[in-house]
Amino acid sequence: MRNVLTIIRKELHSYFVSPVAYVVLTGFLLLGGWFFFNLLSQFNLYLNIYTQFQQGAADQLNLNDFVISPLMHNLSIVLVILIPMITMRAYAEEKKDGTYELLLTSPLRTGEIVLGKFFACFLFICIMIGMTGVYPLILMVFGNPEIGVMLAGYLGLLLLATAFAAVGLLTSSFTENQIIAAVSGLVATLLLYMIGWPANTAGDILGPVLRYLSATEHFAEMVKGVVDTRNLVYFMSLIVLSLFLTQRSVESLRWR
Amino acid sequence: MIEVQNLTKRYGDLTAVSEVSFRVESGQILGFLGPNGSGKTTTMRVITGFMPATAGTVKVAGFDIFDDSFEARKRIGYLPESPPLYNDMTVTAYLRFVARIKGMPRAAIPDALDRVLNRCGLTDVADRVTGYLSKGYRQRVGLAQAIIHNPDVLVLDEPTVGLDPQQIIGIRNLMKELAGEHTVILSTHILPEVVQVCEKVVIINAGRVVVEDMIENLTQGQTLEDVFLRAIAQEDSGEIVESAAVVEEAVK
Repeated sequence: MRNVLTIIRKELHSYFVSPVAYVVLTGFLLLGGWFFFNLLSQFNLYLNIYTQFQQGAADQLNLNDFVISPLMHNLSIVLVILIPMITMRAYAEEKKDGTYELLLTSPLRTGEIVLGKFFACFLFICIMIGMTGVYPLILMVFGNPEIGVMLAGYLGLLLLATAFAAVGLLTSSFTENQIIAAVSGLVATLLLYMIGWPANTAGDILGPVLRYLSATEHFAEMVKGVVDTRNLVYFMSLIVLSLFLTQRSVESLRWR
Repeated sequence: MIEVQNLTKRYGDLTAVSEVSFRVESGQILGFLGPNGSGKTTTMRVITGFMPATAGTVKVAGFDIFDDSFEARKRIGYLPESPPLYNDMTVTAYLRFVARIKGMPRAAIPDALDRVLNRCGLTDVADRVTGYLSKGYRQRVGLAQAIIHNPDVLVLDEPTVGLDPQQIIGIRNLMKELAGEHTVILSTHILPEVVQVCEKVVIINAGRVVVEDMIENLTQGQTLEDVFLRAIAQEDSGEIVESAAVVEEAVK
Protein backbone atom coordinates (compact mmCIF):
# COMPACT_ATOMS: atom_id res chain seq x y z
CA MET A 1 0.00 0.00 0.00
CA ARG A 2 2.77 2.39 0.95
CA ASN A 3 4.53 1.55 -2.27
CA VAL A 4 1.40 2.27 -4.29
CA LEU A 5 1.19 5.72 -2.69
CA THR A 6 4.87 6.34 -3.44
CA ILE A 7 4.34 5.51 -7.10
CA ILE A 8 1.18 7.65 -7.27
CA ARG A 9 3.08 10.61 -5.87
CA LYS A 10 5.93 10.14 -8.29
CA GLU A 11 3.59 9.88 -11.27
CA LEU A 12 1.51 12.91 -10.31
CA HIS A 13 4.72 14.82 -9.74
CA SER A 14 5.87 14.09 -13.25
CA TYR A 15 2.49 15.12 -14.72
CA PHE A 16 2.57 18.49 -13.01
CA VAL A 17 6.26 19.28 -13.17
CA SER A 18 6.36 18.80 -16.91
CA PRO A 19 4.09 20.87 -19.15
CA VAL A 20 2.02 17.75 -19.93
CA ALA A 21 -0.67 18.35 -17.31
CA TYR A 22 -1.08 22.01 -18.16
CA VAL A 23 -1.25 21.50 -21.91
CA VAL A 24 -3.77 18.68 -21.57
CA LEU A 25 -5.92 20.54 -19.03
CA THR A 26 -5.88 23.78 -21.02
CA GLY A 27 -6.71 22.01 -24.27
CA PHE A 28 -9.48 19.99 -22.70
CA LEU A 29 -11.08 23.00 -21.02
CA LEU A 30 -10.73 25.11 -24.17
CA LEU A 31 -12.57 22.54 -26.26
CA GLY A 32 -15.10 21.95 -23.49
CA GLY A 33 -15.78 25.68 -23.25
CA TRP A 34 -16.24 25.91 -27.00
CA PHE A 35 -18.78 23.06 -26.99
CA PHE A 36 -20.61 24.52 -24.03
CA PHE A 37 -20.80 28.00 -25.55
CA ASN A 38 -22.15 26.69 -28.84
CA LEU A 39 -24.68 24.32 -27.29
CA LEU A 40 -25.91 27.08 -25.07
CA SER A 41 -26.32 29.63 -27.84
CA GLN A 42 -28.10 27.01 -29.93
CA PHE A 43 -30.41 26.30 -27.01
CA ASN A 44 -31.10 30.00 -26.77
CA LEU A 45 -31.98 30.12 -30.46
CA TYR A 46 -34.45 27.21 -30.17
CA LEU A 47 -35.97 28.82 -27.15
CA ASN A 48 -36.64 32.03 -29.08
CA ILE A 49 -38.11 30.19 -32.07
CA TYR A 50 -40.38 28.00 -29.94
CA THR A 51 -41.74 30.89 -27.88
CA GLN A 52 -42.55 32.84 -31.05
CA PHE A 53 -44.56 30.04 -32.66
CA GLN A 54 -46.49 28.35 -29.92
CA GLN A 55 -47.57 29.17 -26.43
CA GLY A 56 -45.98 26.79 -23.90
CA ALA A 57 -43.92 24.88 -26.47
CA ALA A 58 -40.78 26.12 -24.86
CA ASP A 59 -41.55 23.90 -21.88
CA GLN A 60 -40.61 20.91 -24.03
CA LEU A 61 -37.06 22.18 -24.17
CA ASN A 62 -34.86 21.29 -21.27
CA LEU A 63 -31.27 21.91 -20.45
CA ASN A 64 -30.46 18.26 -19.86
CA ASP A 65 -31.38 17.08 -23.34
CA PHE A 66 -30.20 20.10 -25.26
CA VAL A 67 -27.04 21.16 -23.46
CA ILE A 68 -25.70 18.68 -20.94
CA SER A 69 -26.26 15.47 -22.85
CA PRO A 70 -24.58 16.64 -26.09
CA LEU A 71 -21.83 18.27 -24.01
CA MET A 72 -21.10 14.93 -22.34
CA HIS A 73 -20.95 13.17 -25.71
CA ASN A 74 -18.65 15.80 -27.15
CA LEU A 75 -16.34 15.61 -24.14
CA SER A 76 -16.25 11.83 -24.40
CA ILE A 77 -14.90 12.09 -27.95
CA VAL A 78 -12.20 14.51 -26.83
CA LEU A 79 -11.30 12.10 -24.03
CA VAL A 80 -10.97 9.19 -26.45
CA ILE A 81 -8.27 11.16 -28.23
CA LEU A 82 -6.57 12.77 -25.23
CA ILE A 83 -6.37 9.82 -22.88
CA PRO A 84 -3.96 7.68 -24.94
CA MET A 85 -1.71 10.76 -25.03
CA ILE A 86 -1.79 10.97 -21.25
CA THR A 87 -1.10 7.29 -20.74
CA MET A 88 1.42 6.70 -23.53
CA ARG A 89 4.44 7.61 -21.46
CA ALA A 90 3.52 5.57 -18.37
CA TYR A 91 5.58 2.48 -19.20
CA ALA A 92 7.14 3.34 -22.55
CA GLU A 93 9.14 6.26 -21.17
CA GLU A 94 10.41 4.23 -18.21
CA LYS A 95 11.63 1.56 -20.60
CA LYS A 96 13.35 4.08 -22.84
CA ASP A 97 15.02 5.99 -19.98
CA GLY A 98 16.17 2.84 -18.20
CA THR A 99 14.22 3.68 -15.05
CA TYR A 100 12.23 0.51 -15.67
CA GLU A 101 15.34 -1.34 -14.50
CA LEU A 102 15.23 0.59 -11.24
CA LEU A 103 11.54 -0.22 -10.67
CA LEU A 104 11.84 -3.90 -11.50
CA THR A 105 14.99 -4.48 -9.46
CA SER A 106 13.48 -2.79 -6.42
CA PRO A 107 11.47 -4.80 -3.92
CA LEU A 108 8.17 -3.76 -5.48
CA ARG A 109 5.42 -6.11 -6.54
CA THR A 110 4.35 -5.71 -10.13
CA GLY A 111 0.81 -5.15 -8.92
CA GLU A 112 1.98 -2.16 -6.89
CA ILE A 113 3.60 -0.56 -9.94
CA VAL A 114 0.50 -1.18 -12.06
CA LEU A 115 -1.93 0.11 -9.42
CA GLY A 116 0.24 3.14 -8.63
CA LYS A 117 0.36 4.21 -12.24
CA PHE A 118 -3.36 3.55 -12.69
CA PHE A 119 -4.48 5.52 -9.66
CA ALA A 120 -2.22 8.46 -10.55
CA CYS A 121 -3.86 8.51 -13.95
CA PHE A 122 -7.30 8.18 -12.37
CA LEU A 123 -6.65 11.15 -10.10
CA PHE A 124 -5.49 13.21 -13.04
CA ILE A 125 -8.66 12.33 -14.94
CA CYS A 126 -10.72 13.31 -11.90
CA ILE A 127 -9.05 16.72 -11.94
CA MET A 128 -9.62 17.01 -15.67
CA ILE A 129 -13.29 16.12 -15.57
CA GLY A 130 -13.82 17.92 -12.29
CA MET A 131 -12.74 21.18 -13.88
CA THR A 132 -15.49 20.92 -16.47
CA GLY A 133 -17.92 20.99 -13.53
CA VAL A 134 -17.97 24.75 -13.97
CA TYR A 135 -20.38 24.39 -16.94
CA PRO A 136 -23.17 22.64 -15.01
CA LEU A 137 -22.61 25.11 -12.19
CA ILE A 138 -23.30 27.97 -14.59
CA LEU A 139 -26.46 26.20 -15.73
CA MET A 140 -27.58 25.74 -12.16
CA VAL A 141 -27.21 29.43 -11.47
CA PHE A 142 -29.27 30.52 -14.50
CA GLY A 143 -31.59 27.56 -15.03
CA ASN A 144 -32.79 24.43 -13.37
CA PRO A 145 -31.31 21.29 -14.92
CA GLU A 146 -32.00 17.96 -13.26
CA ILE A 147 -29.10 17.37 -10.91
CA GLY A 148 -29.49 13.59 -10.69
CA VAL A 149 -29.27 13.14 -14.45
CA MET A 150 -26.27 15.41 -14.53
CA LEU A 151 -24.45 13.46 -11.84
CA ALA A 152 -25.20 10.18 -13.60
CA GLY A 153 -23.73 11.64 -16.78
CA TYR A 154 -20.62 12.77 -14.95
CA LEU A 155 -20.20 9.34 -13.39
CA GLY A 156 -20.49 7.86 -16.87
CA LEU A 157 -17.88 10.24 -18.22
CA LEU A 158 -15.52 9.42 -15.37
CA LEU A 159 -15.97 5.67 -15.81
CA LEU A 160 -15.53 5.91 -19.57
CA ALA A 161 -12.34 7.95 -19.20
CA THR A 162 -10.96 5.66 -16.49
CA ALA A 163 -11.63 2.55 -18.54
CA PHE A 164 -9.93 4.11 -21.54
CA ALA A 165 -6.98 5.08 -19.36
CA ALA A 166 -6.65 1.48 -18.20
CA VAL A 167 -6.58 0.39 -21.85
CA GLY A 168 -4.01 3.10 -22.67
CA LEU A 169 -1.79 1.99 -19.78
CA LEU A 170 -1.99 -1.55 -21.10
CA THR A 171 -0.81 -0.57 -24.58
CA SER A 172 1.96 1.53 -23.04
CA SER A 173 3.23 -1.52 -21.18
CA PHE A 174 3.79 -3.38 -24.46
CA THR A 175 6.38 -1.06 -25.97
CA GLU A 176 9.19 1.35 -25.31
CA ASN A 177 8.01 3.62 -28.12
CA GLN A 178 5.59 6.30 -26.95
CA ILE A 179 4.10 6.85 -30.39
CA ILE A 180 3.30 3.17 -30.79
CA ALA A 181 1.78 3.21 -27.30
CA ALA A 182 -0.39 6.22 -28.13
CA VAL A 183 -1.53 5.00 -31.54
CA SER A 184 -2.38 1.48 -30.39
CA GLY A 185 -4.14 2.94 -27.36
CA LEU A 186 -6.14 5.27 -29.59
CA VAL A 187 -7.11 2.45 -31.95
CA ALA A 188 -8.19 0.23 -29.07
CA THR A 189 -10.29 2.91 -27.36
CA LEU A 190 -11.83 4.09 -30.65
CA LEU A 191 -12.80 0.51 -31.45
CA LEU A 192 -14.45 0.18 -28.05
CA TYR A 193 -16.22 3.42 -28.80
CA MET A 194 -17.53 2.29 -32.19
CA ILE A 195 -17.86 -1.46 -31.86
CA GLY A 196 -21.66 -1.17 -31.43
CA TRP A 197 -22.22 0.56 -34.77
CA PRO A 198 -23.08 -2.54 -36.82
CA ALA A 199 -25.26 -3.91 -33.99
CA ASN A 200 -28.54 -3.18 -35.77
CA THR A 201 -27.63 -5.19 -38.84
CA ALA A 202 -25.52 -7.86 -37.18
CA GLY A 203 -28.34 -10.25 -36.39
CA ASP A 204 -30.06 -11.47 -33.26
CA ILE A 205 -27.07 -13.08 -31.63
CA LEU A 206 -24.11 -10.90 -32.57
CA GLY A 207 -26.07 -7.65 -32.37
CA PRO A 208 -26.67 -7.61 -28.61
CA VAL A 209 -23.11 -8.79 -28.00
CA LEU A 210 -21.67 -5.91 -29.98
CA ARG A 211 -24.03 -3.53 -28.26
CA TYR A 212 -22.94 -4.79 -24.86
CA LEU A 213 -19.26 -4.47 -25.77
CA SER A 214 -19.69 -0.90 -26.93
CA ALA A 215 -18.53 1.69 -24.42
CA THR A 216 -20.80 4.30 -26.03
CA GLU A 217 -23.96 2.31 -25.36
CA HIS A 218 -23.28 2.13 -21.64
CA PHE A 219 -22.11 5.70 -21.51
CA ALA A 220 -25.18 6.97 -23.40
CA GLU A 221 -27.50 5.25 -20.93
CA MET A 222 -25.76 6.91 -18.01
CA VAL A 223 -25.95 10.30 -19.72
CA LYS A 224 -29.72 9.76 -19.95
CA GLY A 225 -29.67 9.37 -16.19
CA VAL A 226 -29.89 5.59 -16.00
CA VAL A 227 -27.29 4.13 -13.66
CA ASP A 228 -27.74 0.41 -14.09
CA THR A 229 -25.51 -2.25 -12.54
CA ARG A 230 -25.07 -3.59 -16.07
CA ASN A 231 -23.28 -0.39 -17.06
CA LEU A 232 -21.19 -0.25 -13.91
CA VAL A 233 -20.21 -3.89 -14.31
CA TYR A 234 -19.19 -3.24 -17.92
CA PHE A 235 -16.83 -0.39 -17.05
CA MET A 236 -15.46 -2.10 -13.96
CA SER A 237 -14.73 -5.29 -15.89
CA LEU A 238 -12.99 -3.34 -18.61
CA ILE A 239 -10.83 -1.61 -15.99
CA VAL A 240 -10.04 -4.76 -14.05
CA LEU A 241 -9.30 -6.78 -17.19
CA SER A 242 -6.94 -4.11 -18.53
CA LEU A 243 -5.15 -3.82 -15.19
CA PHE A 244 -4.81 -7.58 -14.97
CA LEU A 245 -3.36 -7.78 -18.49
CA THR A 246 -0.99 -4.89 -17.70
CA GLN A 247 0.21 -6.73 -14.62
CA ARG A 248 0.81 -9.83 -16.77
CA SER A 249 2.61 -7.76 -19.37
CA VAL A 250 4.96 -6.19 -16.81
CA GLU A 251 5.45 -9.51 -15.07
CA SER A 252 6.17 -11.29 -18.37
CA LEU A 253 9.69 -9.89 -18.30
CA ARG A 254 10.32 -12.17 -15.36
CA TRP A 255 9.06 -15.30 -17.07
CA ARG A 256 11.71 -17.81 -18.01
CA MET B 1 27.30 -13.70 -0.60
CA ILE B 2 26.72 -13.97 -4.34
CA GLU B 3 26.64 -17.36 -5.95
CA VAL B 4 26.15 -17.73 -9.68
CA GLN B 5 25.78 -21.27 -10.93
CA ASN B 6 25.65 -22.44 -14.54
CA LEU B 7 23.85 -19.32 -15.59
CA THR B 8 22.70 -19.41 -19.20
CA LYS B 9 20.71 -16.74 -20.97
CA ARG B 10 19.42 -17.09 -24.51
CA TYR B 11 17.59 -14.50 -26.56
CA GLY B 12 15.92 -16.65 -29.18
CA ASP B 13 18.78 -18.31 -31.04
CA LEU B 14 21.42 -16.02 -29.61
CA THR B 15 23.20 -17.28 -26.51
CA ALA B 16 24.32 -14.21 -24.59
CA VAL B 17 25.65 -16.00 -21.53
CA SER B 18 26.51 -19.66 -21.33
CA GLU B 19 27.14 -21.75 -18.20
CA VAL B 20 28.59 -18.88 -16.18
CA SER B 21 29.53 -19.74 -12.59
CA PHE B 22 31.38 -17.72 -9.99
CA ARG B 23 31.24 -16.76 -6.32
CA VAL B 24 31.78 -13.52 -4.47
CA GLU B 25 32.45 -13.76 -0.75
CA SER B 26 30.97 -11.36 1.75
CA GLY B 27 32.74 -7.99 1.77
CA GLN B 28 34.68 -8.76 -1.38
CA ILE B 29 34.93 -6.53 -4.45
CA LEU B 30 34.80 -8.48 -7.66
CA GLY B 31 36.13 -7.00 -10.89
CA PHE B 32 33.90 -8.24 -13.66
CA LEU B 33 35.72 -7.86 -16.95
CA GLY B 34 35.21 -8.72 -20.57
CA PRO B 35 35.10 -7.12 -24.01
CA ASN B 36 31.99 -5.26 -25.12
CA GLY B 37 29.19 -7.63 -25.96
CA SER B 38 30.65 -10.47 -23.92
CA GLY B 39 27.58 -10.77 -21.69
CA LYS B 40 28.55 -8.65 -18.68
CA THR B 41 25.41 -6.54 -18.65
CA THR B 42 23.20 -9.57 -19.25
CA THR B 43 24.80 -11.39 -16.31
CA MET B 44 24.30 -8.37 -14.07
CA ARG B 45 20.70 -7.98 -15.14
CA VAL B 46 20.06 -11.57 -14.17
CA ILE B 47 21.82 -11.20 -10.83
CA THR B 48 19.72 -8.13 -9.97
CA GLY B 49 16.49 -9.86 -10.89
CA PHE B 50 15.67 -7.61 -13.83
CA MET B 51 15.43 -10.55 -16.19
CA PRO B 52 15.30 -14.29 -15.62
CA ALA B 53 17.96 -16.74 -16.74
CA THR B 54 17.16 -19.44 -19.27
CA ALA B 55 18.93 -21.90 -17.00
CA GLY B 56 21.03 -21.88 -13.85
CA THR B 57 20.64 -20.24 -10.47
CA VAL B 58 21.76 -17.07 -8.74
CA LYS B 59 21.79 -16.69 -4.98
CA VAL B 60 22.16 -13.28 -3.37
CA ALA B 61 22.70 -13.16 0.39
CA GLY B 62 21.31 -16.68 0.57
CA PHE B 63 18.12 -15.88 -1.36
CA ASP B 64 17.43 -17.30 -4.79
CA ILE B 65 16.82 -14.44 -7.20
CA PHE B 66 14.07 -16.37 -8.99
CA ASP B 67 12.27 -18.16 -6.19
CA ASP B 68 12.82 -15.60 -3.46
CA SER B 69 13.18 -12.59 -5.69
CA PHE B 70 11.53 -10.14 -3.32
CA GLU B 71 13.91 -10.82 -0.42
CA ALA B 72 16.91 -10.88 -2.71
CA ARG B 73 15.99 -7.58 -4.38
CA LYS B 74 15.72 -5.86 -1.00
CA ARG B 75 19.41 -6.54 -0.46
CA ILE B 76 20.71 -5.33 -3.81
CA GLY B 77 21.79 -1.91 -4.96
CA TYR B 78 22.12 -1.67 -8.72
CA LEU B 79 23.63 0.94 -10.97
CA PRO B 80 22.78 0.00 -14.57
CA GLU B 81 24.89 1.05 -17.55
CA SER B 82 23.02 4.33 -17.87
CA PRO B 83 21.91 5.77 -14.53
CA PRO B 84 18.15 5.22 -14.13
CA LEU B 85 17.17 8.84 -13.44
CA TYR B 86 13.79 10.50 -13.74
CA ASN B 87 14.78 13.59 -15.66
CA ASP B 88 12.05 15.82 -14.22
CA MET B 89 12.90 15.22 -10.56
CA THR B 90 15.39 17.02 -8.36
CA VAL B 91 18.26 14.98 -6.95
CA THR B 92 16.75 15.00 -3.46
CA ALA B 93 13.25 14.10 -4.61
CA TYR B 94 14.63 11.31 -6.75
CA LEU B 95 16.76 9.81 -3.99
CA ARG B 96 13.87 10.05 -1.56
CA PHE B 97 11.69 8.18 -4.05
CA VAL B 98 14.31 5.45 -4.47
CA ALA B 99 14.72 5.13 -0.69
CA ARG B 100 10.97 4.60 -0.37
CA ILE B 101 10.63 1.98 -3.08
CA LYS B 102 13.61 0.13 -1.65
CA GLY B 103 11.51 -0.29 1.46
CA MET B 104 13.40 1.98 3.85
CA PRO B 105 11.50 3.01 6.98
CA ARG B 106 10.30 6.59 6.61
CA ALA B 107 12.18 7.81 9.69
CA ALA B 108 15.53 6.56 8.39
CA ILE B 109 15.29 8.35 5.06
CA PRO B 110 16.50 11.89 5.96
CA ASP B 111 19.73 10.59 7.50
CA ALA B 112 20.37 8.21 4.66
CA LEU B 113 19.78 11.04 2.22
CA ASP B 114 22.34 13.30 3.92
CA ARG B 115 24.82 10.45 4.07
CA VAL B 116 24.69 9.61 0.34
CA LEU B 117 24.63 13.26 -0.73
CA ASN B 118 27.86 13.75 1.20
CA ARG B 119 29.45 10.49 0.19
CA CYS B 120 28.79 10.99 -3.50
CA GLY B 121 29.61 14.72 -3.49
CA LEU B 122 26.11 15.79 -4.42
CA THR B 123 25.35 18.38 -1.74
CA ASP B 124 25.85 21.27 -4.18
CA VAL B 125 23.39 19.89 -6.70
CA ALA B 126 20.85 18.47 -4.24
CA ASP B 127 18.08 20.76 -5.47
CA ARG B 128 18.91 20.63 -9.16
CA VAL B 129 16.78 18.72 -11.64
CA THR B 130 18.57 15.55 -12.72
CA GLY B 131 17.79 16.10 -16.40
CA TYR B 132 20.10 19.14 -16.47
CA LEU B 133 23.07 17.59 -14.67
CA SER B 134 26.38 16.85 -16.38
CA LYS B 135 27.28 13.27 -17.11
CA GLY B 136 29.59 12.97 -14.12
CA TYR B 137 26.92 14.18 -11.73
CA ARG B 138 24.31 11.89 -13.30
CA GLN B 139 26.65 8.98 -12.75
CA ARG B 140 27.11 9.98 -9.12
CA VAL B 141 23.38 10.30 -8.57
CA GLY B 142 23.12 6.80 -10.03
CA LEU B 143 25.66 5.58 -7.51
CA ALA B 144 23.90 7.37 -4.65
CA GLN B 145 20.68 5.68 -5.72
CA ALA B 146 22.39 2.28 -5.53
CA ILE B 147 23.75 2.72 -2.01
CA ILE B 148 21.03 4.76 -0.30
CA HIS B 149 19.34 1.78 1.37
CA ASN B 150 22.68 0.38 2.50
CA PRO B 151 22.35 -2.89 0.61
CA ASP B 152 24.44 -5.99 1.32
CA VAL B 153 25.21 -6.36 -2.35
CA LEU B 154 26.14 -3.71 -4.89
CA VAL B 155 26.08 -4.35 -8.60
CA LEU B 156 27.77 -1.57 -10.55
CA ASP B 157 27.80 -1.60 -14.33
CA GLU B 158 30.67 0.64 -15.49
CA PRO B 159 30.28 3.25 -12.76
CA THR B 160 33.25 5.39 -13.84
CA VAL B 161 32.31 5.86 -17.49
CA GLY B 162 32.22 9.53 -18.43
CA LEU B 163 33.87 10.81 -15.29
CA ASP B 164 36.91 13.07 -15.17
CA PRO B 165 40.09 11.76 -13.50
CA GLN B 166 39.35 13.52 -10.23
CA GLN B 167 35.86 12.07 -10.06
CA ILE B 168 37.18 8.62 -10.93
CA ILE B 169 39.56 8.82 -7.96
CA GLY B 170 36.65 9.95 -5.79
CA ILE B 171 34.50 7.00 -6.84
CA ARG B 172 37.41 4.63 -6.40
CA ASN B 173 37.97 5.82 -2.85
CA LEU B 174 34.26 5.52 -2.22
CA MET B 175 34.39 1.95 -3.42
CA LYS B 176 37.27 1.15 -1.10
CA GLU B 177 35.20 2.55 1.75
CA LEU B 178 32.24 0.45 0.70
CA ALA B 179 34.28 -2.74 0.64
CA GLY B 180 33.97 -4.72 3.82
CA GLU B 181 30.46 -3.57 4.58
CA HIS B 182 29.16 -4.35 1.09
CA THR B 183 29.82 -7.06 -1.42
CA VAL B 184 30.43 -5.46 -4.78
CA ILE B 185 30.37 -6.63 -8.37
CA LEU B 186 32.10 -3.99 -10.45
CA SER B 187 32.14 -4.13 -14.21
CA THR B 188 34.62 -1.86 -15.93
CA HIS B 189 37.03 -1.52 -18.83
CA ILE B 190 39.61 0.36 -16.83
CA LEU B 191 42.06 -2.29 -15.72
CA PRO B 192 44.22 -0.20 -13.35
CA GLU B 193 41.03 0.52 -11.48
CA VAL B 194 40.47 -3.19 -11.01
CA VAL B 195 44.02 -3.70 -9.70
CA GLN B 196 43.54 -0.88 -7.19
CA VAL B 197 40.08 -1.68 -5.96
CA CYS B 198 39.25 -5.34 -6.50
CA GLU B 199 40.34 -8.48 -4.70
CA LYS B 200 39.02 -10.93 -7.17
CA VAL B 201 38.63 -10.93 -10.97
CA VAL B 202 36.27 -12.73 -13.28
CA ILE B 203 36.82 -12.31 -17.01
CA ILE B 204 34.14 -13.42 -19.40
CA ASN B 205 34.36 -13.64 -23.15
CA ALA B 206 31.61 -14.53 -25.61
CA GLY B 207 29.36 -15.44 -22.71
CA ARG B 208 31.79 -17.81 -20.95
CA VAL B 209 33.98 -17.40 -17.89
CA VAL B 210 37.60 -17.59 -19.03
CA VAL B 211 39.33 -16.44 -15.84
CA GLU B 212 38.26 -16.54 -12.21
CA ASP B 213 40.99 -15.87 -9.69
CA MET B 214 42.24 -13.63 -6.93
CA ILE B 215 44.02 -10.60 -8.26
CA GLU B 216 47.35 -11.30 -6.53
CA ASN B 217 47.54 -14.72 -8.20
CA LEU B 218 46.90 -13.21 -11.60
CA THR B 219 49.33 -10.33 -11.50
CA GLN B 220 52.48 -12.22 -10.49
CA GLY B 221 55.09 -11.14 -13.01
CA GLN B 222 52.55 -9.82 -15.48
CA THR B 223 50.06 -7.00 -15.76
CA LEU B 224 46.31 -7.44 -15.76
CA GLU B 225 46.34 -6.22 -19.37
CA ASP B 226 48.41 -9.24 -20.37
CA VAL B 227 46.07 -11.56 -18.50
CA PHE B 228 43.02 -9.95 -20.08
CA LEU B 229 44.33 -9.96 -23.63
CA ARG B 230 45.58 -13.52 -23.41
CA ALA B 231 42.32 -14.71 -21.90
CA ILE B 232 40.18 -13.29 -24.65
CA ALA B 233 42.63 -14.15 -27.44
CA GLN B 234 42.65 -17.84 -26.51
CA GLU B 235 38.91 -18.06 -26.68
CA ASP B 236 38.15 -16.60 -30.04
CA SER B 237 41.33 -15.76 -31.83
CA GLY B 238 39.38 -16.12 -35.06
CA GLU B 239 37.18 -13.17 -34.29
CA ILE B 240 40.06 -10.92 -33.34
CA VAL B 241 41.96 -11.71 -36.55
CA GLU B 242 38.82 -11.03 -38.47
CA SER B 243 38.21 -7.67 -36.83
CA ALA B 244 41.86 -6.74 -37.41
CA ALA B 245 41.32 -7.47 -41.10
CA VAL B 246 38.26 -5.25 -41.10
CA VAL B 247 40.26 -2.44 -39.52
CA GLU B 248 43.03 -2.82 -42.11
CA GLU B 249 40.44 -2.75 -44.85
CA ALA B 250 38.94 0.41 -43.41
CA VAL B 251 42.34 2.10 -43.14
CA LYS B 252 43.03 1.48 -46.81
